[in-house]
Amino acid sequence: MPQTPRIKLEGLARRFGPRWAVARVDLDLEPGSSWMLTGANGSGKSTLLRCLATALRPHQGRLQYGDRDLWTHRNAIRPEIAYLAHQLHLYDDLSQRDNLKVWARMGNLKSDIDALLRRVGLDPARTDPVRALSAGMKRRLALARILLKSPRLLLLDEPFGALDPDGRQLVVDVVREIQSEGATLVLATHLPTSARHVCSQAVVMESGQITWRGLAGDLP
Amino acid sequence: MIRQTLAVLRKELLVEWRDRSRISGLFFFAMAIVLLVAFASPSEAILARQAGGILWIGLLLASTRSLDQSFATEMEHGALEGLLLWPVDSRSIFYGKALANTLILLCVALAIVPLLFGMYGAQMRGSPTLLLAFLVMGCAALGAPGTLFGGIVAQARGSSVLLPLLLFPLVVPAVLAAAKGTTVVMEGDPMGQGGSWLALLVAFNALHWSLSGLFFGRVLEDG
Repeated sequence: MPQTPRIKLEGLARRFGPRWAVARVDLDLEPGSSWMLTGANGSGKSTLLRCLATALRPHQGRLQYGDRDLWTHRNAIRPEIAYLAHQLHLYDDLSQRDNLKVWARMGNLKSDIDALLRRVGLDPARTDPVRALSAGMKRRLALARILLKSPRLLLLDEPFGALDPDGRQLVVDVVREIQSEGATLVLATHLPTSARHVCSQAVVMESGQITWRGLAGDLP
Repeated sequence: MIRQTLAVLRKELLVEWRDRSRISGLFFFAMAIVLLVAFASPSEAILARQAGGILWIGLLLASTRSLDQSFATEMEHGALEGLLLWPVDSRSIFYGKALANTLILLCVALAIVPLLFGMYGAQMRGSPTLLLAFLVMGCAALGAPGTLFGGIVAQARGSSVLLPLLLFPLVVPAVLAAAKGTTVVMEGDPMGQGGSWLALLVAFNALHWSLSGLFFGRVLEDG
């Protein structure tokens, strides 16, 4: 497994039309570090995460992944990134097992699908389509999907949303498991209390800019 | 890339098999067009001569429904973005989806052709193999540019209106060749035109299957 590289954001900016969703953000993510992004709706957390996930091209600034530019080398770096987005990247017409099989096949990843489903608290025997699952169960399935990979950079956008207390604890456990392998974590959330269990650093965003940074325990 | 293309194709067919509403909807849509023309036509003799053209008009109109729905499935939970970030090569996404769309259209075409013989009184004076070649090449000629333009309009509002506006002018030569070729197979080919129409379809497919695969990555990636 490759070493987790240092990730540097220098003056990173991204706009939608005339509005800058992320404006001049500087961050230095040490290998294995864990960061919480928090802030009000529309503060730029998800856009920043999507830039890190290579879903969006930054319009200004630099985004270095080790010694490589993340956007330029995105195809080579993407296998090292796992991204749990707002949109869960699932197929509604397929069962939970079919969904995981499809994603495993796409990435040529070997995994015990039933064990993975049990790991996230889903019943492997269930065969109805994903559209019949509750929002929380869909989120658990999306979590199982990212567990197919062994990521170096784990990006989670509101991972605690729609989950019950057991589900939130599951997210914490899964994230700790991935962190124990040296992955860097960036997590965007409105629920700092849950995120503090897995994040040591915190950043508060407002209007696309970082307005506070420090230890997660010191978060105002 | 080939492994990922096959994985995308398999996924497309699995989604289709689990739902089955797309292919059955397409079949009934194409059949409705064939039936409406049959009812509207003043004479059976004219119908038999027009069977090839009506088949391809039905398939062309049905293809827009199919191609639109192909991307609607991907957009529901942002799965298309998920494929790109997993990562799956954009060319694999294109070729997997285009092959699946071609196969689905071909199934509809194969189901409609017997209706033309039964209802329109169409004859089979040429080779059935040549008819099959026209069906395969014609469906492929709708599948490749249709998948490219389906991807382009997928994120736009009113994609079901935009897709035919973009697609129809582009595929006119292919539909013309497929309709003429199908007609000469059914009516007989004393002048030996079938080969020329098939060659035009092969050239159209070679161009569009290669260029669309190259451009598809630019359609998917953030600009």
